[in-house]
Amino acid sequence: MNKLITAAAVAALSATSTAFAADEVKIGFITTLTTGAASIGKDQENAVNLALEHIDNTMGGKPVKLIMADDGFKPEVGKQATDKLVKQDDVDFVAGYIWSHVLLASRKSVLDADKFLISANAGPSPVAGKLCHENFFSTSWQNDQTPMAMGETLNKQGVKSLYIMAPNYAAGKDMVAGVERTFKGEIVGKDLTKWGKDAQLDFSAELAKAKASGAEGIFVFYPGKAAGAFIKQYEQAGLRDSLPLYTVFTIDSLSLPKLKEAGMKSVLGSSMTQFWSPDLDVPANKKFVADFREKHGSYPSFYAAQAYDSIMLIKSAVDAVGGNLDDMDAMRAAMEKADFDSVRGEFSYGNNHMPIQNFYSRKVVEDADGNWTTQIDQVVLENHQDVYASECKL
Amino acid sequence: MEASILVIQLLNGLQLGILLFLLSAGLTLTFGIMDFVNLAHGALYMLGAFFCATLTIYTGSFLLAVAVAIPLTALAGYILERLVVQHLYHRDHLDHVLATFGLILCIDTLVHLIWGPEGIAIPLPEILNTQVEIFPGIVFPTFRLLIIGMGLTAAAGLYLLVNHTRVGMLIRAGASNRRMVGALGVDISTLFSGVFALGAALAGLAGMLIAPITEASIGMGSDIIITTFVVIIIGGIGSMKGAFLAALIIGLIDTFGRSFLDDIFKIFMSGEAAETAAPAVSAMLIYILMAVILAFRPQGLFPPLTR
Repeated sequence: MNKLITAAAVAALSATSTAFAADEVKIGFITTLTTGAASIGKDQENAVNLALEHIDNTMGGKPVKLIMADDGFKPEVGKQATDKLVKQDDVDFVAGYIWSHVLLASRKSVLDADKFLISANAGPSPVAGKLCHENFFSTSWQNDQTPMAMGETLNKQGVKSLYIMAPNYAAGKDMVAGVERTFKGEIVGKDLTKWGKDAQLDFSAELAKAKASGAEGIFVFYPGKAAGAFIKQYEQAGLRDSLPLYTVFTIDSLSLPKLKEAGMKSVLGSSMTQFWSPDLDVPANKKFVADFREKHGSYPSFYAAQAYDSIMLIKSAVDAVGGNLDDMDAMRAAMEKADFDSVRGEFSYGNNHMPIQNFYSRKVVEDADGNWTTQIDQVVLENHQDVYASECKL
Repeated sequence: MEASILVIQLLNGLQLGILLFLLSAGLTLTFGIMDFVNLAHGALYMLGAFFCATLTIYTGSFLLAVAVAIPLTALAGYILERLVVQHLYHRDHLDHVLATFGLILCIDTLVHLIWGPEGIAIPLPEILNTQVEIFPGIVFPTFRLLIIGMGLTAAAGLYLLVNHTRVGMLIRAGASNRRMVGALGVDISTLFSGVFALGAALAGLAGMLIAPITEASIGMGSDIIITTFVVIIIGGIGSMKGAFLAALIIGLIDTFGRSFLDDIFKIFMSGEAAETAAPAVSAMLIYILMAVILAFRPQGLFPPLTR
């Protein structure tokens, strides 16, 4: 008898929840909320909440229900969390994904269920090329693009020989491929280091090799906590003068305050490339950066900027159909137009739904209040499209 | 040029080995001598790093922070032993694993609650943030030299303690026959608590020394605990000398693998294949070594003489 009542209660509950579902826009957001990379996830979560606040938590006249989920920095956990969002929570959009390997493991679950998938960071080459999908959109970039811009920057600065270091996983290899594609000088050495949960964080052997190689510069890609570790060892090894540092996705608003605290002055003035910067002169960006700083006391990272844009992109789609979430075709068409106030300014989507956008070179500077931040130097690649777009059959 | 990089990599390997030794010494004390499998050993390493980071920021002096954080980590180890570990000695290894795995989760979450998810960077005093020219053309970071120095000092102190003091004799006696030592009037329970605290202090010291290079972060202990188990298995479980030598061997193999394997591979395969294969193989090297040693000499390289 008790069981019967429970069953009835469960049935009633699930019936009400489906009834509710039609009246709200459900967005699942996957990011990393545990492990050492949790600070990235936290930054994205803050940006998503700020975006929802800016739009009064409404899209197409309906309230938004946000479900945050943790990928634990692991592909298998990310896929499980994705499956739960798609099957149990029955969300309309799945957004987020910091890590390329997590996105690659999870994409099928979302796309097979006929939901929209919005990457707010990861841009591995397959999803831009052969595995592109009509329901996949990115508010970030394809992995190769930022290092390609760095290759150009190095050419402009007259660097003739380069040492490369990156973690050994999907994005690390894409970054290396990207810089190799545009850099015209000689690559005198390369190290791919162990990545994942027990990632290598002590780079003594690699730095010794880099120093011995006699390169004119060192290019590195170390996202998350590995960044701080790398910069500290770079400084401790005294390479500031002999081996100038060029980075992508390594020095950001998350690592800079910590580097400042630890007195790592060698990052000041170092070069990096990015599609965005906190000082980018765009109205939407000014509002985003100012409100984010007021609320959280720090500059938003590019991870946050992309997360903010992912919510705005979804809003543009839901607004276009007046909240009729069944009209997938119209929502897709709306997103393809990229018709929203992006924090990076105007951009368009390529056939593979990857942004065609500018890439800037940036330098680390001290702002008026003594905070360390990044400042745009110049445009390196204008309206740049990734090289894998031609492999996409859309 | 070739010779100088060889020397630098030798020092790098030595430094990594010393750190591993500090960790595996504690594990040898608990696993080898007290027969207690302590997966949470890495959590004490993490606690040491966080204590030291906080104290460095408050006191402004890294060395002072280390001096205070070591007894603090020992105290944390002592409390842990009294509250949890003590009740597990007479249970089997599976219970040890389950309980200490639970401890890892609890301590990780506790650290998350207290210090937040970001991790803390430890600023070094200017004098340690420099490099020394050991030989002409061989420049090495000062702080890494300090790690080698402190690690060797700790190793020497441990050797004297275990082999040449009354406490060391009791530890060794307690390890071979706990009940007999108890019957002779020695308070074995206090002794083991002390040993556990000593192991915690050594792990904490390792955490304090690595944190200025990487940072104090959640999960740093779980990242290194597997390697530490590899060290004590290769060295021979329960042997302090084995742990020391195996730690150095592993440190050197890992460092040399990372530095020279790609060049070696390039001799007999294409550049691209070598670039892909070398990092994968160098990450596996120490496990390959362990597998070989387990196959041919399962008791480890330097097993304790009397067990």
